[in-house]
Amino acid sequence: MQNRAERIRQALEGAFPPAEVQVTDDSHRHEGHAGARPEGETHYSVLVVSPGFAGMNRVARSRAAHAVLEAGFGTGLHALSLRLLTPEEAGRG
Amino acid sequence: MTNPAFERIESDIKSNPVVLYMKGTPVFPQCGFSARVVQILSHIGVPFKGVNVLEDMEIREGIKAYANWPTIPQLYVNGEFVGGCDIIMEMFQAGELQSMLKDKGIPVSAEA
Repeated sequence: MQNRAERIRQALEGAFPPAEVQVTDDSHRHEGHAGARPEGETHYSVLVVSPGFAGMNRVARSRAAHAVLEAGFGTGLHALSLRLLTPEEAGRG
Repeated sequence: MTNPAFERIESDIKSNPVVLYMKGTPVFPQCGFSARVVQILSHIGVPFKGVNVLEDMEIREGIKAYANWPTIPQLYVNGEFVGGCDIIMEMFQAGELQSMLKDKGIPVSAEA
């Protein structure tokens, strides 16, 4: 079975094409904290660079990403750090 | 069907200019993301009310539905949802948090 990082990456790539997506599993840095699980896969940092974010404010971008990843919350995904940029903002325009 | 938490949330965010829904208290945050936002608000010298969601299950679930935002912390200014930890960090680093607070008539003591 694919790990959650890979599922997150694929979901975001599919939702905001053409997107550059980086997913980092930070779960090991939260061992023993609230929300952590022995099996990990709870804390992630995500960077998405997509022209689709143009014209959306920060809250709107995050809500769109949350909507895509909604299935993950409630099944152990505890924390998601999001950086959602247009290519211009990422310095790649 | 109304959520019983919404009335309490609205009363809090309307009677306090800056409210942070967080895990733990401003003095003793119990989550790294909440701690980071407390640190930023303290750094720029903004008085705020902290609401500890760990002490109140109704608010803990209610606030997520209220803002349509799945995580804690959540910052509200003049009754409006501003964002969670990532957004507050980004706004702070860009200087936008300070200017937004000033625009809304909230005293900010530090520029940086």
